[in-house]
Amino acid sequence: MNDLLTGVETAFNLILAADPEVLTITLTTLRITFTSVLIGTLISIPLGAAITFREFWGKKTLISIIQTLYALPTVIVGLLCYMILSRSGPLGDLKWLFTPNGMIFGQTILIIPIMAGLTIAALQAIDPIITDTIRSLGATRFQFLKSHLREARFAIMAAIIVGFSRAISEVGTAIMIGGNIKGHTRVLTTAISLQTSMGNFNLSLALGIILLAIALIINLIMGFVQNR
Amino acid sequence: MIEIQDIVKDFDGNMVLTGVTETIQRGEIFAIIGPSGQGKTTLLRILGLLLKQTSGRILFEGKPISQISDSDPIRRRFGMVFQSPVAFKDSVYHNIALGLRYRGFSKEVIREKVLQKLDEIGLTGYENRKATTLSGGEKQRVSLARVMVTGPDVLILDEPTANLDPVSTEVIEDLIRHYNKKLGTTVILSTHDLMQGQRLADRVAVMMNGRFIQSGPIFDVFTRPCSEDVAKFIGISNVLSGKIIRKEEGMSVILVDGIEIHAIAEEAVGTRVKIAIRPEEITLHTGPDRWSSARNILFGVVEAVRPFGIISLISVKTGDLILSVQVTWQSIKELDLKPGVQVTLSFKAPSVHIMPDENSHAC
Repeated sequence: MNDLLTGVETAFNLILAADPEVLTITLTTLRITFTSVLIGTLISIPLGAAITFREFWGKKTLISIIQTLYALPTVIVGLLCYMILSRSGPLGDLKWLFTPNGMIFGQTILIIPIMAGLTIAALQAIDPIITDTIRSLGATRFQFLKSHLREARFAIMAAIIVGFSRAISEVGTAIMIGGNIKGHTRVLTTAISLQTSMGNFNLSLALGIILLAIALIINLIMGFVQNR
Repeated sequence: MIEIQDIVKDFDGNMVLTGVTETIQRGEIFAIIGPSGQGKTTLLRILGLLLKQTSGRILFEGKPISQISDSDPIRRRFGMVFQSPVAFKDSVYHNIALGLRYRGFSKEVIREKVLQKLDEIGLTGYENRKATTLSGGEKQRVSLARVMVTGPDVLILDEPTANLDPVSTEVIEDLIRHYNKKLGTTVILSTHDLMQGQRLADRVAVMMNGRFIQSGPIFDVFTRPCSEDVAKFIGISNVLSGKIIRKEEGMSVILVDGIEIHAIAEEAVGTRVKIAIRPEEITLHTGPDRWSSARNILFGVVEAVRPFGIISLISVKTGDLILSVQVTWQSIKELDLKPGVQVTLSFKAPSVHIMPDENSHAC
């Protein structure tokens, strides 16, 4: 117990002193996570809307598959991305293996199912009478989509938060694609994993606190927006 | 203005509409009445271009509108208000402005129009309120304003006050009447509330089993129902079967369960008919001194007294017949009406409405 308290104390000192290594790791994490979430959002929301509002063969099955992929293990995404990005893989020419771009690629794939799935759920939860009203007011196709997304905005924001949380907290893809290279692809989760195995619990705790603090701040901002 | 031609809607083998035909005139208020589950909503959704019929045609100003796309400009000339009030998760202002935004009006024009509508619906000052926090009646007013602000030629309302309290209902009815009179908006509404049909409509159609079994000016339908179902639906509880047995002084005498009833009927002697007598057209007395000049005078015994607020329905057994009579609460007290009391019933020959014997008859 005492160890834990000392650890927390040291952790805060490291944070307050703006330790250069801690800072680099945090900034790398934020850059990779935000980029993944941004790309993931740009893909998932239109994808979710298209699946919700179009009728096609196998729609229910597709939605079930997407929901199953919520539980997609990060190491499997890591493995697949490794094979795709490795020199002999289909995207080997990009030379993204062990780079932040590769990590963004992997994390984006990881969060698309959950973000698209929650977008579908958010849009399907809209009362059909809202859809009737939008149609009978004479909305164009684009206005129809815009009004639905606006009506579901809080639930869609929640989908984005979930995607963000999954991206920032996962370690499997980050370590397999990024390789935990210091100053380059080392992020909070991979650093915690490494420092813990090396016995540097204080540093691990500091990184863990930062990770949680980021998640907290993001949630507070979203909560503020929703209550506005 | 709108010609409905033999509309059929089949939901996977479930025939909801079985052939609706009617012409709706520009500027009228047309009410569709009928029990729940008879296809009123389905027909209105087809008219509101939210649903496609299985067969039949709808002409709007002579042009077929059945197969138009979501982006067809004709859609914007129809407005629809639903049974449940609709509130988007936004301000009241945004809720009313939505249709105008779809139409690309400038911010200034939208502001002017929305504020005017807020004034009309009595919600001035509510523009920044979240619409979801309004009461049901207020939300329905917003729903109506959202449609009317776009200036539709045809306003379709599906049971617009079914979920509302009497005060909110009156506000909505006043607004519907106001828009119809002031803007000349053609109104098509459905209701299961007969009184609402009578209060609002110029013409009415009775929908049963997926079609209009009777339509016409409100007075005609409510005084001359064409079948037993219609008669019962519009509140005529006395529907009896009988046969015309002779003509007498220009009147027909109809034998109903051994009792002779005088009526004005064109049908020939020997014809089997159904007759309908409104409970409020029958006068009830307890003594011989107040007999009227009515042609039909029957003696009977009170069977039951069913209170309905200030008006009560009394069941009177006369011979093998049981007739419902409408009596005020005051009269029940004065005449001390209770089961077993001997009474005299009287009603005039013109109060007896004659209908064809077959119930399925469409008029």
